[in-house]
Amino acid sequence: MDRQVVSLVLGRLGLALITILIVSFVVFAATEMLPGDVAQILLGQAATEEAVAGLRMAMHLDDPAILRFLRWLAGLAQGDLGTSYANNMRIAELIGARLANTLALAAVTTIVAVPVALFLGITTAMYQGRLYDRTVNTLVVGIISVPEFMIATLAVLVFAVWLRWLPALSFASDVSGLLDVLRAYAMPVITLAVVISAQMIRMTRAAVIETLKMPYTEMALLKGASRPRIVLRHALPNAIGPIVNAVALSLSYLVGGVIIVETIFNYPGIAKLMVDAVATRDLPLIQTCAMIFCLSYLVLITAADIVAILSNPRLRK
Amino acid sequence: MAITFPTTPRRIGYRFNAVGAVALAVILFWAVIALVGPWLTPYPPGEIVDFDYFGPMSAQFWLGTDYLGRDILSRILAGARYTVGISLAAVIIAVTAGVVLGMTAAVIGGWLDTVLSRLLDALNSIPSKLFGLVVVAGLGSSIPVLIGTLAVIYTPGAYRFARALAVNVNTMDFVAVARARGEGTPYLIGQELLPNILGPVLADLGLRFVFIVLLLSGLSFLGLGVQPPNADWGSLVRENIGGLPFGAPAVLMPSLAIASLTISVNLLIDNLPTKIRDRSA
Amino acid sequence: MPNIVEIRDLRVEARTDTGRRVEIIKGVSLDVPDGEILALIGESGSGKTTIALTLMGHTRPGCNIAGGSVRVGTRDMARLSEPERATIRGTEVAYVPQSAAAAFNPAKRLIDQVIEVARIHRLMPMEKARARAVELFRALALPDPETIGQRYPHQVSGGQLQRLSAAMALIGGPKLVIFDEPTTALDVTTQIEVLRAFKSVMSTGGMAGVYVSHDLAVVAQMADRIVVLRGGEVQEEGPTATILDAPAHPYTRELLAAFDPAPHAAVAAAETAPLQPVLEVRNVVAGYGSAGRDGLPAKIAVRDVSCALERGQNLGVIGESGSGKSTLARVIAGLLPAHSGSVRLEGGEMAADLRGRSKDQLRRLQIVFQLADTALNPARSVGDILGRPLTFYHGMKGAARDARVVELLDMVRLPAAMRHRLPGELSGGQKQRVNLARALAAEPSVVLCDEITSALDTVVAQAVIALLKELQRELDLSYVFISHDLSTVRAICDDVMVMLNGEVVERLPADRLQDGATHPYSKLLFASVPKLDPGWLDSLDAAPGVRGETGQHTERPALTPAAAGGL
Repeated sequence: MDRQVVSLVLGRLGLALITILIVSFVVFAATEMLPGDVAQILLGQAATEEAVAGLRMAMHLDDPAILRFLRWLAGLAQGDLGTSYANNMRIAELIGARLANTLALAAVTTIVAVPVALFLGITTAMYQGRLYDRTVNTLVVGIISVPEFMIATLAVLVFAVWLRWLPALSFASDVSGLLDVLRAYAMPVITLAVVISAQMIRMTRAAVIETLKMPYTEMALLKGASRPRIVLRHALPNAIGPIVNAVALSLSYLVGGVIIVETIFNYPGIAKLMVDAVATRDLPLIQTCAMIFCLSYLVLITAADIVAILSNPRLRK
Repeated sequence: MAITFPTTPRRIGYRFNAVGAVALAVILFWAVIALVGPWLTPYPPGEIVDFDYFGPMSAQFWLGTDYLGRDILSRILAGARYTVGISLAAVIIAVTAGVVLGMTAAVIGGWLDTVLSRLLDALNSIPSKLFGLVVVAGLGSSIPVLIGTLAVIYTPGAYRFARALAVNVNTMDFVAVARARGEGTPYLIGQELLPNILGPVLADLGLRFVFIVLLLSGLSFLGLGVQPPNADWGSLVRENIGGLPFGAPAVLMPSLAIASLTISVNLLIDNLPTKIRDRSA
Repeated sequence: MPNIVEIRDLRVEARTDTGRRVEIIKGVSLDVPDGEILALIGESGSGKTTIALTLMGHTRPGCNIAGGSVRVGTRDMARLSEPERATIRGTEVAYVPQSAAAAFNPAKRLIDQVIEVARIHRLMPMEKARARAVELFRALALPDPETIGQRYPHQVSGGQLQRLSAAMALIGGPKLVIFDEPTTALDVTTQIEVLRAFKSVMSTGGMAGVYVSHDLAVVAQMADRIVVLRGGEVQEEGPTATILDAPAHPYTRELLAAFDPAPHAAVAAAETAPLQPVLEVRNVVAGYGSAGRDGLPAKIAVRDVSCALERGQNLGVIGESGSGKSTLARVIAGLLPAHSGSVRLEGGEMAADLRGRSKDQLRRLQIVFQLADTALNPARSVGDILGRPLTFYHGMKGAARDARVVELLDMVRLPAAMRHRLPGELSGGQKQRVNLARALAAEPSVVLCDEITSALDTVVAQAVIALLKELQRELDLSYVFISHDLSTVRAICDDVMVMLNGEVVERLPADRLQDGATHPYSKLLFASVPKLDPGWLDSLDAAPGVRGETGQHTERPALTPAAAGGL
């Protein structure tokens, strides 16, 4: 690989590393601002002064902030995620199952959304300006302009209240059989898939149209090539980079969307866990969940950037 | 490759198309409501006026009633000032900060540019909902905190955009001519750069306004935004979510209000009135 | 000879940003006899490319054919459906684009793109297509014809790409080839090779051609007939010799006059010789990129250049792209600090970086750039643009300033009302005059003109040059005139400096340009400029001055002076 490309990619990865450090600091600082004395909360109102002081010392709560930050970081790196205040369980056990649930939701959404979005994005670019394109475009703009909870409520209204195909809000914990699983998953997946597909369609369409504006596309037209041929053989190979970039960026929207969707559908995932932890001021849990989110987000946008670097035709030698 | 047109008489003016006009009307409508909403409500927003909670849309209650029996229309009209007001304040702060920092970074360059860009990129790497969640949970949900948090979240994006524009203009010959004349940095930023990026920056302001409205509504929906007894549109959805299985209008109406605002802003940006200027010798 | 192309009363409309429909081709009729090359000549906006594209039934976005007929062979391209047109494109009518670099897909190999026409229209098996392509490469004098197809577009030079695009057009065996200003973007020395290749391959194949250009001399070499266009209408047409020797239409005469302007008559020297040159450059070394171990910049653009400009005289700096002439201008202006060497203005030494120069020094040396589009702030009115240097250098304000702005506009022959306009509303020539007026506002001693007429049409450029000369007499200015165009330099300069790869290879007075060159590169450069004589290109083979370094006359002498960077 070209030396310049390698150095750019390494630079981007290095940047990601620095970012993660800054982000972890921000997360730590933000959670430290949560009001209330942690030791007091844990021991309850009836605790004595000495007991609270003792607990504070045992939890190193009186150490300077930097020291606590570093200790926390070291713990994370070693896999020690700490203990949840509210549940008095090891966090690692607590989030294990929930993380798996969220990942499952994200995976299913991706599998559903990406092919549909790519197809729609590319074909609308191919037939830009026609009725098909304008209809899809209007829908897409509508979807990305509205809050996720609105998509969720509309989905519930349409599928559960009016059509009665799917159960409404509660996630049945006793699932018997594949059909039940599908029915339980359907609503959250539909909501999330609609939201990120819209983003993906918009960005893919823009990427393909950008490549179609290139002069070599006009040249292909003047050689007698047909529209599908121009798009598939000339535009697409040059648009692959921006398209993958678009996919990665759209998937990063999952991180935010999942917070709303899990809350509204009561889905037992890690986002719901974090929202509940904020309500109970469960510091270590909030910190860990936030780090997981930030890490996933960072991985996706770094991947998107690296794809953009690799696919830049000017760097190709 | 350029197509040049023969000389024609000059015509200056604005050309609106229908969609742009409608969008602008909706936005102005909500702006007015945000200012005088509480005086226009048919019923006092906080008062229970109907024993039938989650009541349907009727001649008496145009948009139905909420989970306690209060008039939804009134609550939406009253809530407009929170949604619109907070978002507008936040976006103005964010874009102003972003533009000033972006232009300075573009013109001065060097270490200032690098440090600022790295810092703001790092800030951008935190998912916005998460950041809002954690900060607001920590510092409380007062209006100033909300405005400040939202502004901080969206400053990096505005910075990046303004900086890219400014860098582009900076390389133009007319800036080199001004520099060669001996002009100082403040002149370059204010007179040469700013007028040329103002248009796109205003469009960007519109886009960020939409993002902020959506984020604020999302936070309120999670219970971390505007707190009772005040309610913005997101809080209204949260309060009335129990009516969803019954298909009550109370759940949908505030969402539709949000949608009308955000879609109108998006449509206006896409259909900006174009200044027409026929080229003439 | 039957006509392969018959255009009758063609009208093309375009839609402006206001939605109005404007006619850009207004009832054009012309014929192309089979086997002959017809040139469409005109300045920008004349509609020549638009007409050429209609021969393939294609119009640029926003335009459409509104009336008339375009008969190519037996079919009317204006009436056919899009799929029918697609079958004709590449097979009967082919297109050679203006910028080959833009017309090739950077992600695909050259050979695949050259033979793509065969693939699209299923003309012949791939093996045969590839063999045919190699034959064409050989006929077009491309190096390594067997293997050049395996490369990617960015791996070959501009001149080679242009010839490859001709191969791409010819592979389908078309009856008509459209050349859309194919050599406009190339250096003069590269242009010759490309023109030769085109001419030879067209005459061997006996194909008809339409050659679009604004350059009369190039057209004189290539075409059998010429059609002169202006504003979407035909002004005159006829055989090449007639048009060049005995033009009937006044516009044609104007074009011919602009092509070969009168050489500069030196301003009468002052009675007392000046004490020192008004501008003196000594041993300047400058470049781009970070400093290496020896302290020199990574990429050196100007190597040890010295020159002097006397008051009231003009110095021309001529060279092709990459010669360092524009860098030299920036160094003199202080925009790019030199690594070593000195620049003296009226005896006083100036700091290398403009930030170290006094306001007065900055005032006395002004620079005017090539692209007026980017040299004028689109958001400020002309009055503001001209007023700013008045305020900055002379502290003028209010009514006095406004009066001076009107004076400046008058100096450059623009109406006073122009001060309320924005640059976007002006034409190219007008913008360049405002550019000039802004430089004059400072009341300088020296004006650096960096390719100021290169982007303008020849007629407009000539008017700007005439203006420069008048201003020189009125205001006692001295110019450093940088250009790649020999005839403009000859029209205004007293002395000429030829640059190659950052060095000055020759210095000579302007009136000796035709025959006084001694350095091989200068000779090559001057000989490469196309002349209006139709037989010039063919006579080149015999001219000794244009042989390459090797001096060998192989079946196709390649003009590759080692230092010129290859073709």
